[in-house]
Amino acid sequence: MAGLYLHIPFCKQACHYCDFHFSTLLQQREAVLAALVQELELQQGYLAGEQLSSVYFGGGTPSLLTEKELDALFTAIHKNFSVHPQAEITLEANPDDLDLYTLNVLHESPVNRLSIGIQSFREEDLKLMNRAHAVEQARDCLRLAKEVGFEKLTADLIYAMPNMSDADWVQNLDALLQYDLPHFSAYALTVEAKTALHKFVKDGKVQPASDADQKRQFDLLIDMAVSRGYEHYEISNFAKPGQRAVHNSSYWKSEPYLGIGPSAHSFNGHSRQWNVSNNTKYVQALSRGELPATVEQLSIFDQLNEQLLTGLRTSEGVNLARLEQRFGPELVAQLRAGLLDLKDDWYQLRHDQLVLTRSGKHFADLIASDLFILADDEH
Amino acid sequence: MKNIRNFCIIAHIDHGKSTLADRLLQVTNTVDVRDLQAQTLDDMDLERERGITIKSHAIQMDYTYKGEKYTLNLIDTPGHVDFSYEVSRAIASCEGALLVVDASQGIEAQTISNLYLALEHDLHIIPVLNKMDLPGANPEEVKDQIVELLGCDIADILPASGKTGFGVDVLLEQIVERIPAPKGDPDAPLQALIFDSVYNNYRGIVAYFRVFNGSIKSGEKVKFFNTGKEYYAEEIGILKMKQQPRKRVETGDVGYIISGIKTAKEVQVGDTITSMERPATEGIQGFELVKPMVFAGIYPVDTEDYEELRDSMDKLQLNDASLVFEPESSAALGFGFRCGFLGMLHMEIIQERLEREFNMTVITTVPNVSYYCTTTKGIKMTVNNPSDLPDPSTIDFIEEPYINAQVITKADYIGAVIELCMSKRGIIKNQVYLTSNRVEITFEMPLGEIVFDFYDRLKTISRGYASFDYHQIGYRESRLVRMDIRLNSEPVDALSSLIHTDKAYELGKKMCEKLRELLPRQQFDIAIQASIGAKIIARETIKALRKDVTAKCYGGDISRKRKLLEKQKKGKKRMRQVGNVEIPQNAFLAVLKLD
Ligand SMILES: Nc1nc2c(ncn2[C@@H]2O[C@H](COP(=O)(O)OP(=O)(O)O)[C@@H](O)[C@H]2O)c(=O)[nH]1
Ligand SMILES: C[S@@+](CC[C@H](N)C(=O)[O-])C[C@H]1O[C@@H](n2cnc3c(N)ncnc32)[C@H](O)[C@@H]1O
Ligand code: SF4
Repeated sequence: MAGLYLHIPFCKQACHYCDFHFSTLLQQREAVLAALVQELELQQGYLAGEQLSSVYFGGGTPSLLTEKELDALFTAIHKNFSVHPQAEITLEANPDDLDLYTLNVLHESPVNRLSIGIQSFREEDLKLMNRAHAVEQARDCLRLAKEVGFEKLTADLIYAMPNMSDADWVQNLDALLQYDLPHFSAYALTVEAKTALHKFVKDGKVQPASDADQKRQFDLLIDMAVSRGYEHYEISNFAKPGQRAVHNSSYWKSEPYLGIGPSAHSFNGHSRQWNVSNNTKYVQALSRGELPATVEQLSIFDQLNEQLLTGLRTSEGVNLARLEQRFGPELVAQLRAGLLDLKDDWYQLRHDQLVLTRSGKHFADLIASDLFILADDEH
Repeated sequence: MKNIRNFCIIAHIDHGKSTLADRLLQVTNTVDVRDLQAQTLDDMDLERERGITIKSHAIQMDYTYKGEKYTLNLIDTPGHVDFSYEVSRAIASCEGALLVVDASQGIEAQTISNLYLALEHDLHIIPVLNKMDLPGANPEEVKDQIVELLGCDIADILPASGKTGFGVDVLLEQIVERIPAPKGDPDAPLQALIFDSVYNNYRGIVAYFRVFNGSIKSGEKVKFFNTGKEYYAEEIGILKMKQQPRKRVETGDVGYIISGIKTAKEVQVGDTITSMERPATEGIQGFELVKPMVFAGIYPVDTEDYEELRDSMDKLQLNDASLVFEPESSAALGFGFRCGFLGMLHMEIIQERLEREFNMTVITTVPNVSYYCTTTKGIKMTVNNPSDLPDPSTIDFIEEPYINAQVITKADYIGAVIELCMSKRGIIKNQVYLTSNRVEITFEMPLGEIVFDFYDRLKTISRGYASFDYHQIGYRESRLVRMDIRLNSEPVDALSSLIHTDKAYELGKKMCEKLRELLPRQQFDIAIQASIGAKIIARETIKALRKDVTAKCYGGDISRKRKLLEKQKKGKKRMRQVGNVEIPQNAFLAVLKLD
């Protein structure tokens, strides 16, 4: 099982909170897409011939791709990789792109799952965040996507936004739950460095939500989603039974994936690598037949820490017995000792399965960090 | 001997001493231009970064003037008041000094105090107006300052630029013309003054000396006058870019000796070397044992590293004899060392060297000076640690060291400087205008006050236009009390300090506020209290942690999140658990910066 990610580094306009790699200059579009095809070719061996169980078009804004462009990418994918017939093929889409025509094109393509960036059903939030779409478009595209026949649908919401009351959030969430999607994600707003939002906050123009706001809204989120039959299977992700995201799950289960495109990340079990976050440099390197990537070899500590970091965010947690097999009894003994310093009601440990409780989920980052084993911890 | 010239350079930091020294070496072909890595005389990393020549060295140049060959010995002097005794020995080894003044800045406090030292030792002073190439240079006004200060002729002042090399040729000529040759009796018994030493991993201590009388021979048996210890002069020689072994170093010259000494303690700056064959009857005047001025505890962040810390400190002491330490224990921090330093800079240097050279992460406690405490029974004791102060009911009186301090600043900042001095219990003694725009303020104040954030505030209030220098003037009785800091009622002895009664409330409040900023929030409320004896004088609370919420982890970039959480964890490792409260390493010193 392996995943393939393609990064489409273009957006119509920059959302104020966003620090993903994208460019609003569309001139380079052709060259970048050609380079993606070249990279697919160049990296065909990365996954050691494993079949793809998922393909994910992320961004940026993949819904900007034309039928022809998408075709070219699929041709290159199939030429270089073997794709499982039932593979999950997701495309991230922005509501303003999803008119009936585009939805039909997408439905006819191999894409079988849409991830729609709704973010909010409140006009003022969309304005504040500089989103390109209006509330009406958000509602329309969800309805139309179902109508054209997309069964696998997911949508993103953001909570703990500035000026968002608990009631606002409940209303927002409720609006989404009306559509009874098989899956959705909800992220607490992070003020990322080097974003417009960061500057607004620093200049005092925008007052970020407090930790207490975030905590309460997270609790509301879990309560409401669970009562509507969703499983809270990762900190920010909710799925009806059997509807979990295949591709994103591979990130959390430490399965291998190949990332294509500027800023895309790849993982093969013992090393990670990522491409430059710059379209020009990316295109130039590939035109020379080079991969503009930085490689990081993962030490045994890094690997263990990553499994903790991602695993503890999931409803399965991590299995200590399995970690022991993989990393040896000594490190896991250290890990067990570390548990003693945590608050008792943050975690459950049953049959060596370590799972965070509801109150633990509020501190998942802190807990992972505390449990980390650093190379120089050894005496 | 008549063709030897020994001189040093007196200059304020950044006035261009190192650059000018480089030029002299270059013009006399002592060093190749290509080898001239900026600033040859400073060779410790730390020094370069701080722009301060911490350890003095010496270098010899050959120079031909009017057909005669001369030997010029440049002896470098440390540029910080913490190392003033070393400066005085370097000065004592010279017959002349270049007074280097930045033409765009003018004279500073450090320059003046070192100049007075030089004049006390009858050095011939050559005033040099440096950085003449700068467009902001203000030669006329600075010349007036120099004339005023030295009483010299305006024509005596040599214009120069270390950067362009302008004036360097004339400067070399004038060094020969104006600075007297050394005097001394070549036939008298050997007397050589040790003005510095360095540690070499392979060869042990290398001591630098200036021969005043007689001569020193390779292989002969020598004695160090003040320690009384005897050694073989395994190797002696002179100092060029590298050490150059010689059979003999003659009267008036400067050289080095290697004699298998392994610890810096045995080589005391100011000591006299004499020969066993025909020993001198007395040492060279002016020997003093340098005494530490500031004391602080140094503790390993990880208690298990105590032995390793001891090893590291032992090694540091091998090449820094002015570092003294003894084991102590603290209820809050466990086992560590009480260390004595020459001053605040010296303390910082030691902490940094421990981290850099020995990879030891340490906690330095609130520093203090050395107090005398006399009990009601009439027993006088030295207190180097606030925790050692006896019960207040048994104390008759406490004395603390005072200093005489000079600040030179722009006239605009007099008000602010005086205010700062007063707030530090200073007593203004004198105020003179050096020029229409520069003022020298002299005052007396407790040494203990400079520990509490004096330099930084002086810099701030004068926008960097103030220089500071001091010397100790003895002990005075003071109304001092010990203030303790408690976290959740547990006293943290490492944060105790001795302070003046009148300032106790204000300081207690500020310290609690500062700690509230510095301590990370934890899973429970933390009460911070300042107390004198059982009496609580200030209190702050840190509310329990809310600030840790789980953030998104989107997409395949797992490295970034892992590194973020690693960093968070490392931050925690630099903290020390006291009771149930974790104190970050930097809190112990940061409490001193109270504004
Ligand atoms: N313009 C100019 N800059 C100089 C001159 N001499 C030194 N500097 C600069 O002044 C700064 C301090 O010089 P340095 O020799 O390190 O001073 P020291 O601290 O007295 O040793 C450095 O940035 C030098 O490049 C000079 O003659 N002219
Ligand atoms: C890589 S973005 C791109 C998706 C698509 N271009 C869009 O905007 O709809 C994927 C999701 O991450 C979430 N996201 C991006 N930046 C965020 C931030 N700073 N804080 C919280 N969520 C964020 C948004 O919900 C967004 O839909
Ligand atoms: S959130 Fe989506 S649309 Fe907005 S800038 Fe980021 S990638 Fe582009």
